[in-house]
Amino acid sequence: MPDLGPLWLSLVLAGVTTVILFFLGTPLAWWLSCTTSRLKPVIEAITALPLVLPPTVIGFYFLIALGPASPVGSFWLQVTGDALTFSFTGLVVASVIYSLPFMVQPLQNSFESIGVGPMEAAYTLNASRTDAFFSVVVPLAKRGFITSAVLAFAHTIGEFGVVLMVGGNIPGQTKVISIAIYEHVETLNYADAHILSAGLLSFTFVVLFLVYAQKSGNRIHA
Amino acid sequence: MLEQSDKRLEIDTSLDFGKFNLEIQCDLSLQGVTGLFGPSGSGKTTLLRILAGLENRSMGSVSYGGVIWQDSTVFIAPHLRSVGYVFQDARLFSHLDVEGNLRYADKRQIPKDRQITLSEVVSILQIDSLLHRATDSLSGGERQRVAIARSLLSQPELLLLDEPLGALDAAHKKEIFPYLQSLHRSFGIPTIYVSHSVTEMAQLADNMIMIDSGRINSIGSVSQVLGREALDWSVVPFEPVAILSVKIVEDFPALHLTRVAHGEQTLMVPHLKNVQPGDSIRLSVRAADVVLATSKPVDLSVRNVVLGQVKSIKAAPGTAFATVIVDVDGTCIPSQVTLEAIDELGIETGLPIYALIKTATFDRSFSGGPSLGH
Repeated sequence: MPDLGPLWLSLVLAGVTTVILFFLGTPLAWWLSCTTSRLKPVIEAITALPLVLPPTVIGFYFLIALGPASPVGSFWLQVTGDALTFSFTGLVVASVIYSLPFMVQPLQNSFESIGVGPMEAAYTLNASRTDAFFSVVVPLAKRGFITSAVLAFAHTIGEFGVVLMVGGNIPGQTKVISIAIYEHVETLNYADAHILSAGLLSFTFVVLFLVYAQKSGNRIHA
Repeated sequence: MLEQSDKRLEIDTSLDFGKFNLEIQCDLSLQGVTGLFGPSGSGKTTLLRILAGLENRSMGSVSYGGVIWQDSTVFIAPHLRSVGYVFQDARLFSHLDVEGNLRYADKRQIPKDRQITLSEVVSILQIDSLLHRATDSLSGGERQRVAIARSLLSQPELLLLDEPLGALDAAHKKEIFPYLQSLHRSFGIPTIYVSHSVTEMAQLADNMIMIDSGRINSIGSVSQVLGREALDWSVVPFEPVAILSVKIVEDFPALHLTRVAHGEQTLMVPHLKNVQPGDSIRLSVRAADVVLATSKPVDLSVRNVVLGQVKSIKAAPGTAFATVIVDVDGTCIPSQVTLEAIDELGIETGLPIYALIKTATFDRSFSGGPSLGH
């Protein structure tokens, strides 16, 4: 039986990342869905970068940007006494950026399909902007939120390249499940690699199945 | 915020969309239902959206009942304007059922002296059987009734109805019409009703604002505007209509006819249901169904002949026709006549003239008539 520490670490990392993305991604997706600013395509392109870039490229830049020599890395080192690279915190920062499009894009689509109509109707019923957002847009976008959160969570569980570049392979700190599988294969421990891989495969399939099932079963009414 | 019956609306606003711009100045006292009328794309909806505060790029000033909604320094957010807005597409919240939609408005209502209650709107708009239905299971007419009920519950001081019948087919229009007609009677909220249908205007509106290409073309009572008294023929996109306010005199069930009085003169119209002698109702008559005669005709099948006086003659440029407006006891009845006939009969302003109205053309309008349904 393989050590299940990496599995637990992956779940914690994905959970923390998803919660943070919830608070970062929602305002960003809302802004993108209603802005007419010329900056919109720029921000959209930046948000989509992690979808297409090789994880090694992103990991490499994170290594530079979060390293103790960088302003961010040195500031963090001064405040907390720990380096950002090769630490769990560094992994969280990297994962948030890396999984950002998986949170933002489904949410933005959801907001756009709801449109401005229900918000305007809420205004005329004496609801303020904030009230209308939470009482009308959020419930209407419920499925968008679920899809986004599930995809961001699953994508974080599955990341490998960025983790390897930024976090390395420190048990209990940065050794997540994908790294553990890689290590088992490297050391020819195929039995444990099989168990972890099959586990991850089934988990990912179930998650995606649930996402598509709820998408095709119910549509958002704008 | 006492009585809701008469509120002053002052508008001096403009909104530039590039290829279309709207410039509206008016100052009117809103009473009853004011029809906002004009062809598609003339800016009717845009003007309503400006009043509701949904167009924050609009310039100029808007005030209602002495409260400034916007001017050069102030812009009151839409949720702080006591405006009820019924959208053409209803815009019910699909995550709530019908009752949830009504409660949404009820919870956020602005306290007033005379509160409209949930049970009141439910009974007047007859939606008690719909309360637990999902909004996407409703028919078009039901959706609009719920949308109207919902906006009433926000306790508006001004009700804006944006073509509430626009998305409905003829049968559903018929179904919802009586509710619209009862609204003002039941709640007394000044209402602006947008439509490009002459029939709806004739039946619902007391006063009318007609706009064209983003400008006000004419303002007046519905009979003045539809009777084309104040209009320039060349820009009017509809056939003129006379609105006659009449009193029921006597019913002849065997003949399927009802006798009504307009001032001193009486008319026979097809049998009117649910009315009592003494009731006031409104009839509309299309200009094409009015024939003129300079002497009292005899031996004609036309039953209704009223005596009036030629008020004005407006020729339609480039056509054989003119509209002759006949003043009958203060009501303007337009008639479409060829220029040749005007010449031959010697019709001129001030001439006493007989207007012949075919019985079958009377189109009943309600105005404070009998109550709904049953």
